[in-house]
Amino acid sequence: MTAYIIRRALYAIPILIGVNLLTFALFFVVNSPEEVARLHLGDKQVTQEQVEAWKYERGYHLPLMYNGEAEGAEQFTETIFYTKSVRLFAFDFGNSDSGRNIGHDIRQRMWPSLALAVPSLLLGLLLNTTLALMLAFFRGSYLDVGGVVLCVALMSVSALFYIIGGQYLVGKLLQMVPISGYDTGFEALKFLVLPILISVVYGIGSGTRWYRTLFLEEISKDYVRTARAKGLSEQWVLFRHVLRNALIPILTGVVVLLPLLFMGSLITESFFAIPGLGSYTIDAIQRQDFSIVRAMVFLGTVLYILGLLLTDISYTLADPRVRLN
Amino acid sequence: MSFNLRLCMLTAVIFIAGCDGVWNNPYGLSEGSEDMVYYSTFSERPQFLDPARSYSTTAYQFIQQIYEPPLGYHYLKRPFALRSLSAERMPTVRLLDAQGRELPPDTPPNQVRYSEYIIDIQPNILYQPHPALARREDGGLRYHNLTEADLAAINTLSDFEHTGTRELIAEDFVNEIKRMADPRRHCPVTGILGEYIVGFTEFRERIKAQQDEWSFDLRPYSISGVQVESRYRYRIRLHGVYPQFIFWLAMPFFAPVPWEADVFYAQDGMSQRNLNLHWHPIGTGPYMLTENNPNLRMVLERNPNFRGETYPSDGDPGDREAGFLRDAGRTLPFLDRAIYSLEKESIPRWTKFLQGYYDMSGIGSDSFDQAIQYSGTGEAGVTDEMRERGIDLSTAIALTVYYMGFNMIDPVVGGTSERSRLLRQAISIAVDYEEYIAIFNNGRGIPAQGPIPPQIFGAHLGEANLNPHVYRWREGRAERRGIEEARELLRQAGYHKGIDQETGKPLTLYYEAVGAGPDAKASLNWLRKQFAKLDIQLVIRATDYNRFRAKMREGAGQIFQWGWHADYPDPENFLFLLYGPNAQVDNDGPNSTNYRNPEYDALFSQMKNIPNGPKRQRIIDQMMEILRHDAPWAWGYHPVDYVLSHDWMINNKLSTISYNTLKYHRIDVDRRAQKRAEWNAPVVWPLWLALIVLIALIATALIGFMRRERERAR
Repeated sequence: MTAYIIRRALYAIPILIGVNLLTFALFFVVNSPEEVARLHLGDKQVTQEQVEAWKYERGYHLPLMYNGEAEGAEQFTETIFYTKSVRLFAFDFGNSDSGRNIGHDIRQRMWPSLALAVPSLLLGLLLNTTLALMLAFFRGSYLDVGGVVLCVALMSVSALFYIIGGQYLVGKLLQMVPISGYDTGFEALKFLVLPILISVVYGIGSGTRWYRTLFLEEISKDYVRTARAKGLSEQWVLFRHVLRNALIPILTGVVVLLPLLFMGSLITESFFAIPGLGSYTIDAIQRQDFSIVRAMVFLGTVLYILGLLLTDISYTLADPRVRLN
Repeated sequence: MSFNLRLCMLTAVIFIAGCDGVWNNPYGLSEGSEDMVYYSTFSERPQFLDPARSYSTTAYQFIQQIYEPPLGYHYLKRPFALRSLSAERMPTVRLLDAQGRELPPDTPPNQVRYSEYIIDIQPNILYQPHPALARREDGGLRYHNLTEADLAAINTLSDFEHTGTRELIAEDFVNEIKRMADPRRHCPVTGILGEYIVGFTEFRERIKAQQDEWSFDLRPYSISGVQVESRYRYRIRLHGVYPQFIFWLAMPFFAPVPWEADVFYAQDGMSQRNLNLHWHPIGTGPYMLTENNPNLRMVLERNPNFRGETYPSDGDPGDREAGFLRDAGRTLPFLDRAIYSLEKESIPRWTKFLQGYYDMSGIGSDSFDQAIQYSGTGEAGVTDEMRERGIDLSTAIALTVYYMGFNMIDPVVGGTSERSRLLRQAISIAVDYEEYIAIFNNGRGIPAQGPIPPQIFGAHLGEANLNPHVYRWREGRAERRGIEEARELLRQAGYHKGIDQETGKPLTLYYEAVGAGPDAKASLNWLRKQFAKLDIQLVIRATDYNRFRAKMREGAGQIFQWGWHADYPDPENFLFLLYGPNAQVDNDGPNSTNYRNPEYDALFSQMKNIPNGPKRQRIIDQMMEILRHDAPWAWGYHPVDYVLSHDWMINNKLSTISYNTLKYHRIDVDRRAQKRAEWNAPVVWPLWLALIVLIALIATALIGFMRRERERAR
């Protein structure tokens, strides 16, 4: 397995370079360093000298990808792409274009993201599994058909509707929780209830339907029929046999998400004013802060690759038939 | 079943235990009832709080409470009147010849070589407590030689155990001017300051040449035109005459910064912790920033060392009746703390305002009808719902103009030919800004008759302010000329019914739009229809703001909309937007239309150097007539700010130029607490109903489950 992990880590390098290259190209196709400098320096009375000084301080005075004036390897190393990319591999994100230390910001902002994402994931998993088991148990009944229709309806509604509707109903009409905001420590709890509730409700439709499909697939297998033939109760069959085997794809599906929980939720965090990494990324895009966008895309890629690796490993743990070669 | 039930009950218990009858209080237990706290919002984090760098309203709402420049604006008087702030009195201005000899005050500006501002500051002003000023027992600065080990446990400024203060001295003001000249600070106004302050540009060039060798402690270096005369006096020498400089002295750019702060923040390891002047200001003002978490909230607290200014005793007629003078002579500030929460979305912000958790609020377009109604005479007031809640409306015309510009170097709409002028005039009539304001701005604006907003010297009232090329005066009000007149102008221009009589082709014009998303679509369609009234086809060229600005710099746009918010309340700050030497294409200046008229330029040069009075008014009138005739802009509109406040807010007169008004606000804390409790009682029955439904569902499922089990057993 160690060899496999090393091999996957090595595969990650070209992927990261590729993603970095793509982010870089996309960003600078839309904005030139000059335009970014002008944006950061403000609207009024910006002189060319100030623009040049701003670019110089942040290394944006160099050519984008190829430095024709340099010689040898410096033709590639004395470029914005190289200077801005290479230290990412040491997880040194440097400073944002407005001068803040990105690593410091990430360390601060990942906690609110986790505080929102982890309970949402766990509660969603629990609720969706329970509901899916129930639908699987009553398969073919009106309850099952009604449940599936409800799931499809829930899936069809936009996330924004849940957020705005939830804020309106729970925050404004019922006045049960603050409609938005965040705080540190235990004070954060009351701010998290509504976004977590909305995240869980939003995930019910797709989650329950998927898990139900997995349970039904398991229920129709021979070992379940054998278990029933042995005279085991339906309860025993469902919980001891079906659930355990269906959990393999569920858990592996969840494991791939685990590292990405750090990245936060772009929409939910923005609407609820939760200072996590999701809103950090959105803000950076709006402010055209390339340093943050690049750092967040890089981090997201690393975490996604890590998630895939963990998924592979979790397969071997969950299913002894799987071997990593 | 049991888990869900327990979860619901746990949630309920948390609320009930922690929220004291009100469950949705976003401030929770940390709110001290004995403090007078003001609650507000910010939607965008301020990028820079360093006064040398900051140039945005987002940042000004914070730093103007913290830093005190020499001058400020009177809180109540309109038109805006300057007064001394950290200065002892208004500056003395001396006019000098080339040899430095003093000239009489009435010397014509062209005979003045230098003008000199002598500023005396108040003694005994202290800085806020700050670690940069903390001293050891031996008198040395405690935190000026920090090692990485010293910083190991430091993450925020409050992690420093000791703070200190010292008296404000004239050298701190001079230090700030040097900081602005320092290219490492990226001061956004060096261009104009370099033009006027003697030695500013030379100082800047010297730093640039030896940037790596210069320390951030600028005391050993000097700008020839900026000198400390005594502990409490300094002088600034300008090239020629620049009367508007007095307004600059009221901007945060000229607020004092102690050298100790620069040296403190320049130490290794500080920037890695985001400890710098951009994030942790140090000032002498009524408040200090004690929490700077722009991702969550910013907290200003009363500066314990504040000098103790008093509330003004005079104001405008009507201010006494409006209650703005009830605190006259009382010591400022009134508020103990101001908490600004990050609110990016308008719906939560508005809801929290209605719940009483924010003391004041602007009005978004989606809540406008809920908040505002117009009387039969067109006067804005709050709706009955707002009145019942005790919410008041304040309005003020912003010192802003939004205009439609014609690129004057464009071959079709630009130039000085009669043909292009008539075309611009026709478009100016056809684009109905009254309708635009009504549809897209909820009536919050007044159509502009020229670049100068009302409240600023140079703008007349009533018929005298009319742009006769676009409006006529009828029944006591300005009425836009009819579309037939615009068509006639178009015919005279050689575009009868939108056909170019020279080429026989339809006239197509191009509009540079910033963004063309769903939000902008309606207004762009509206604009297209305005041009269609003249049978002109308008092609929308949508782009992002960066590209738009690049087009403006290159002179590649044809027609566009832009705006300007005044730095100071002087007509020069608007009329310079059309001054030829400020043309954007040639000089990267703020004249976005690249308009040039030698007569206008000559009048501008005269106007800017003379004080307000009949002579200046005459010149401005001449300039306005030239502009209205040439029509480089379709004059657009001046927005009107609408601000709602709860009746527990006291002293909240709107100011559209000054942001340091927090110190004047007072709050009836008891009334607020009472209203909050009244408005925010949670509606609990749906919770119980949901619980019952849940239990019923689970019970049904269990019964179904057991029945199935029994059926299988049979």
